[in-house]
Amino acid sequence: MNDLIAYQQEAASVWEELNSNDMPLITVGNATCGRSAGSIDVVEAIQAETAEIGIDCNVIEVGCIGLCYLEPIVSIQKQGQPMVVFGNVTLKQVKKLVADYLVNDQIPPKLVIGTIGEEKIGDVPKLFELPVLKPQVRRALKRCGFIDPTSLEHYLANSGYSGLTRAFDVGPERIVEEVKLAGLRGRGGAGFPAWRKWTFCREAESDQKYLICNADEGDPGAFMNRSLIEGDPHALIEGMIITGYALGASVGYIYCRAEYPLALERLRLAIQQAEENGLLGVNILGSSFDFKIKIKEGAGAFVCGEETALIQSIEGERGMPTPRPPFPAVSGLWGKPTIINNVESLACVGLIMQNGAEWFAEYGTEKSKGTKTIALVGKVVNSGLVEVPMGISLRELIFDIGGGVPDGKKFKAVQTGGPSGGCVPEELLDIPVDYDSLNEVGTIMGSGGVVVMDESTCMVDFARYFLDFAEKESCGKCVPCRLGTKQMLTILEDIVEGRGKPEDIDLLEELGEAVMAGSLCGLGQTAPNPVLTTLRYFRDEYEAHIYEGKCPAKQCKEFITYHILDSCIGCGLCLRNCSSNAIIGEPKKLHWIEQELCHKCGVCYEVCPPKFFSVEIRTGELKEEPA
Amino acid sequence: MTKEYNLTIDGQKIIAQEGTSILDAALENDIFIPHLCHHPDLKPEGACRLCGVEIDGGRMVMSCLSTVGEGIDVKTDSSEIRQARTIAMELLIADHHMDCLACAAANDCALLDISAYLGIQPDRLERLRPSDKGLPIDESNPFFQFDPNKCVVCGICVRTCNEIVGLGALGFINRGFKTVIGTFGNKPFTESICESCGECVVRCPVGALAPKTPKFAAREVQTTCVYCGVGCGIYLGVAGDKIVNVRADRERPTNEGSLCVKGRYGFNFINHPDRLTKPLIKKDGEFVEAEWDEALELIASKFVQSKGDKFAALASAKCTNEENYLIQKFTRAVMETNTVDHCARL
Repeated sequence: MNDLIAYQQEAASVWEELNSNDMPLITVGNATCGRSAGSIDVVEAIQAETAEIGIDCNVIEVGCIGLCYLEPIVSIQKQGQPMVVFGNVTLKQVKKLVADYLVNDQIPPKLVIGTIGEEKIGDVPKLFELPVLKPQVRRALKRCGFIDPTSLEHYLANSGYSGLTRAFDVGPERIVEEVKLAGLRGRGGAGFPAWRKWTFCREAESDQKYLICNADEGDPGAFMNRSLIEGDPHALIEGMIITGYALGASVGYIYCRAEYPLALERLRLAIQQAEENGLLGVNILGSSFDFKIKIKEGAGAFVCGEETALIQSIEGERGMPTPRPPFPAVSGLWGKPTIINNVESLACVGLIMQNGAEWFAEYGTEKSKGTKTIALVGKVVNSGLVEVPMGISLRELIFDIGGGVPDGKKFKAVQTGGPSGGCVPEELLDIPVDYDSLNEVGTIMGSGGVVVMDESTCMVDFARYFLDFAEKESCGKCVPCRLGTKQMLTILEDIVEGRGKPEDIDLLEELGEAVMAGSLCGLGQTAPNPVLTTLRYFRDEYEAHIYEGKCPAKQCKEFITYHILDSCIGCGLCLRNCSSNAIIGEPKKLHWIEQELCHKCGVCYEVCPPKFFSVEIRTGELKEEPA
Repeated sequence: MTKEYNLTIDGQKIIAQEGTSILDAALENDIFIPHLCHHPDLKPEGACRLCGVEIDGGRMVMSCLSTVGEGIDVKTDSSEIRQARTIAMELLIADHHMDCLACAAANDCALLDISAYLGIQPDRLERLRPSDKGLPIDESNPFFQFDPNKCVVCGICVRTCNEIVGLGALGFINRGFKTVIGTFGNKPFTESICESCGECVVRCPVGALAPKTPKFAAREVQTTCVYCGVGCGIYLGVAGDKIVNVRADRERPTNEGSLCVKGRYGFNFINHPDRLTKPLIKKDGEFVEAEWDEALELIASKFVQSKGDKFAALASAKCTNEENYLIQKFTRAVMETNTVDHCARL
């Protein structure tokens, strides 16, 4: 224990030195979001550029700060100045940024996002005062984007492992009590109270117990857990050691999909660092508690996020759910009592032990305490990773933090909880984001994926997309899920392709309810949600497809036609771009589209200059022929 | 002693041993609960979702996975249960290659039994989109074939190969709707580790795994397998003067319903034209058919000259224990040698 305290003090001075010495500190967002925007090259370019000019500086790679739409993000802190955060710093911008700000103290206005620190620079806004960040409460993600995730010292200097030392001081019973007082509910999907699940496992008698961290994040568009691991891996390790200690488990597994190579790399390093410093292994910090963590890479099956399928997968079997009871807390991995918690839940355990239950429960609603990380994506201006207090309204989340719908389009619906969740229409946007309120309107919190849709999204096609996902990811074991999702998918395909029948709407509802009621595991029990909620809130769109031959969102190819309006000046742009030679016309004369030849790819609509706005999409006019 | 519980199923009072599943308890008492993935020899799977029942008016549980308890009141039918079963069955039928007239399982098909029990309506089936998988039939095995288009993916064959045979030749392949049963790498049966024992074939509830030449027996004769020393109990199916099939005896403690490839499929030697039906005596270097008296006389005359170390006896494992006992007794007592063995390594 004393060794850790000494190391924490040493780490604090390293951190202090990094932030206050006369060398500029440059941080580059280098998580997966940053990397896909080119941050690896940006780091190299910054190093090369500063070396060439002869500026000594510390360049560190950090995780995701959540503003994924602004990646690559580069922050520069010069001595005595607040940290200045720049966005969209592509390779081309590096030279300018270094020359303008690092050398000449001129902030390039097009790149700057905000400042971090007490003082202000000119009229540059403070980063955390920006509308995208102001309503957020960053706790689980506090260190993400600020510390070097490969540095144990950075973690230690930012109250890292203080939760573990406190946990050892208070003992397992008190840990469970604090987690109960904090009101922590599972962040992975169902929102089951963590302490209650733990208690089943603690009460089960066994010579061996296991803790599994579910890092198999599989919802399309969700990346909360990945970002957390990539940006702050020790937060998960600390939460796991505390939880293992509370449960009496001596082995922990992290089940992480192999498609997360950077997260796995970060985890391997973090585990190695923890082992080298006596935070993992035998007699951790002199507590006589032994704990080791193993990583199991998953092959990316969505169903392996389901607890029993995940266990099967670790055991080397095909990831297929098994019936419950027995519950894993009583008989799980290798038949031993096993607790499976999500990445964020475990990180929250660390937070609770670091700061206390009361602190954790400051935010949230009566039944949903704390904050929630959310991957905000889709048709939203500020897409990225956010952390909000439970109970914030969907409207605030989408319009204040998310900045609303881009391109002046109208909001239509929001999907929460991934393929297992449902969609929520505009009129329900004022409901609070908490487990129970979302359940009431037919959707779920899930692990925190939020997909925003605008008026150009066809809700039938949207339901089809998620059913296609669920059907392909079903393990195939039980009849309602294997065949029911396929049947529903085929019906939805028929509807969007113009073969829908009047009785299909009732049939979809009947099948959806049967699949929910009859399936063996959570995948099937929730798979019909996207269909049932779109039927509940957007039934008119289904009816328009089936009865009127129309797709109100003008998306389903079978129901739309492209037309050139009289405003066409005959510039020929559409004609040249049309891959099916369906556009006919002479230069400077009105063009038209030969409907028989048109493949409805939409290129003409895309390329027609906005000042003419001469291409129109119509629906329900299938047989119309242009003159 | 195992505990016994009193419970009620559909108003009928029954007694069942602790640990018995509600499904087994019901079936033992002639109360039918539809089921497709359950087999009494195997661990319950809970995959077909057809055997749902209500306990004490509560929510539906799968009767294969729930065990009996004291005083519980089980209902095997209600409008909710019927609805759930009907939809599951309709989905199965819409996905099934309904080739009933030509199907080997025609008189023993769980799908048809349950359809009849539930009264599946053709007009409701018409609402569904039938699937046309068109998957190739694996006919590589000489004794049975596998038609994935008829497979209901109940997993009984997979569990049989794991739990009973201990081989693990079969598994699930692909995900979702495309899930099929197959060997490692989805190779033909003959290119896998399959030993052709046919344990999966006899447990297949539909016609997916079916014997290649299903011949219906007019009557059955109970006997013991002639191959090895295990002595498995079998029933020979007879039609006219021919043996047409073999069925394992579930009551025989030696095999409890299991057989190997030889016992189940290796009976064609009985009527084979190459089979010896008369003794042969080598005369002038050629085997010549002889009468039994001539042959026995020749043997006796040779035996008299061959007592002691000159003599050795090799008996067949196809003989009964009693016959083998007699051979060794004869060898030791009459031929005065201990050189006696048998070929129980068939």
